[in-house]
Amino acid sequence: MTESLIVARQLVKRFGEFTAVDGIDVEVQRGEAFGFLGPNGAGKSSTMRMIGCVSPVTSGSLRLFGLDPATHGAQIRRRLGVVPQLDTLDTELTVQENLWLYGRYFDLSRSEAKRRAKELLEFAQLADRADSIVDHLSGGMKRRLSIARSLINEPEMLLLDEPTTGLDPQARHVLWDRLYRLKQQGVTLVLTTHYMDEAEQLCDRLVVMDQGKIVAEGSPRELIDRYSTREVLELRFTAGTNEALAPQVQGIGERQELLPDRVLVYADDGEAALAATHARGLQPESALVRRSSLEDVFLLLTGRTLAD
Amino acid sequence: MSGELRILPVAFTARRPQRMIERHIVAYRRQWLIIVSGFFEPLFYLLSMRAGLGNLVGKVSVAGTQVPYDAFVAPALMASSAMNGAIFDSTGNVLHRLKYARIYDAALATPMSPTDVAMGEIGWALLRGQLYSISFLGVMAALGLVQSWWVLMALPACALIGLTFAGIGFAGTTYMRGWADMDIVNTATMPLFLFSATFFPAASYGSWAWVVQLSPLYHGVALVRAANAGVWTASILAHIAVLLLVSIIALSIAARRLDVLLRK
Ligand SMILES: Nc1ncnc2c1ncn2[C@@H]1O[C@H](COP(=O)(O)OP(=O)(O)OP(=O)(O)O)[C@@H](O)[C@H]1O
Ligand SMILES: [Mg+2]
Repeated sequence: MTESLIVARQLVKRFGEFTAVDGIDVEVQRGEAFGFLGPNGAGKSSTMRMIGCVSPVTSGSLRLFGLDPATHGAQIRRRLGVVPQLDTLDTELTVQENLWLYGRYFDLSRSEAKRRAKELLEFAQLADRADSIVDHLSGGMKRRLSIARSLINEPEMLLLDEPTTGLDPQARHVLWDRLYRLKQQGVTLVLTTHYMDEAEQLCDRLVVMDQGKIVAEGSPRELIDRYSTREVLELRFTAGTNEALAPQVQGIGERQELLPDRVLVYADDGEAALAATHARGLQPESALVRRSSLEDVFLLLTGRTLAD
Repeated sequence: MSGELRILPVAFTARRPQRMIERHIVAYRRQWLIIVSGFFEPLFYLLSMRAGLGNLVGKVSVAGTQVPYDAFVAPALMASSAMNGAIFDSTGNVLHRLKYARIYDAALATPMSPTDVAMGEIGWALLRGQLYSISFLGVMAALGLVQSWWVLMALPACALIGLTFAGIGFAGTTYMRGWADMDIVNTATMPLFLFSATFFPAASYGSWAWVVQLSPLYHGVALVRAANAGVWTASILAHIAVLLLVSIIALSIAARRLDVLLRK
């Protein structure tokens, strides 16, 4: 039996006149890993803050664990773990104190909070920095501590706003592994990210947001199948000539996209598209055929295309 | 959410303000010097009054009896230091935690409510204030300025003064845009300190005496003075009522403003 932990209907967030979230419908089931993708300013964090019950809903309805955040905020927050986009660590406390004192906010006993803090220090690979003042940690270490802190109350649902921004590649992979394990334990994951590989790795289902609206929804695979071709041909021309040469690839493959540094040609057969490019007398400095990825979907849905 | 705050008085909706206090105790363990330094300022005042003005002024009438000037001023200094301590804790420190260290943002992502945060900060200010009040009382006793055992009632009186001014300070801080606005705090507390029947009996203000009554500190000074003299009149109830009323209003404003500021 599935249980909806998040149900949003026509959810709207306005700041004064400005509409940051413009009537979105979202439903997340227990145990799912759900992603919000979208360009800067799309409204991802605004949505996450409403879900985290720290930002009141302007209109529409939102239910978390079946409860209304307007009346049951504290009960809902008790069951959530939250990693905000910008760290809100307590810079006057040590690493260890940040963890256990946060546990106290959730009414954990002091001994239980300290026990969990110790475990989470291992989890975040910060055991050797337990007594450092947070201000003295590197950016990536702070991020890891934020994530560890969000787990102190053993949340049923974890809200992660760009969790791996600022982490080095190794730390990212470690984190993915940890999140994957949490998911296997039944923790529901809701995250935003600008890394398409992260979304593909972690998310069962995701939505792409743009200007406060949801423009696509599905599993990473479904989105790629629906919005992209099987392969993509990436062409790089001499610097500064992309813009001028791009019109000449018009008609090759199903769709073309001009990026600042390269031209993308979407085609089910990339090699054939490359041959067609050469046949037109174009001499790209480099050409690469690859499988379509979520990034291509993202660009199509939120970026510019040659067609428009 | 405003739904959690609708019931008045707002202070009674606090569930876990002690968590905020616990956080401060841990944080200040490494900064105990800051705490200790708070003992000295009022003591220096007291000693200078005794050495200087006390000799010039002679005796002053309190509740019908003549007392030396330093015994007249000491309770007022005790009340003022309760005010200053509470203001200090609830303005600069709160501004830092609110706008720069952003400690409250993290707390509000947990079951903690804005009321918990506001009440916790005010509770912390009270706790610290009581430490100073107790030590002040000790010094008063050592200098022979205590007139009655009732003086112990000066401690709850100072707690009430602390509550009032911590509330006012916190509420005011939520309207500050940045450090520049901190100057207003000094500008506002200085006249309170000077014109709350602190250094002269209210009667010496003549036909302007009623203005003095507008100062919450005046009511606090009256309470501490009554405690030291051990003379209680019905007007004490009025002083208590004024301070309680101001506290409740200030605390409600503080919690609401915190909600507006942090839950955008
Ligand atoms: N407190 C606020 N007051 C006014 N406008 C705001 C506020 N918070 C967000 N906005 C606006 O709402 C829009 C959406 O912001 P949001 O932070 O939700 O975007 P985002 O999708 O998370 O972007 P990013 O990828 O850059 O983090 C932006 O235009 C932003 O300027
Ligand atoms: Mg964001």
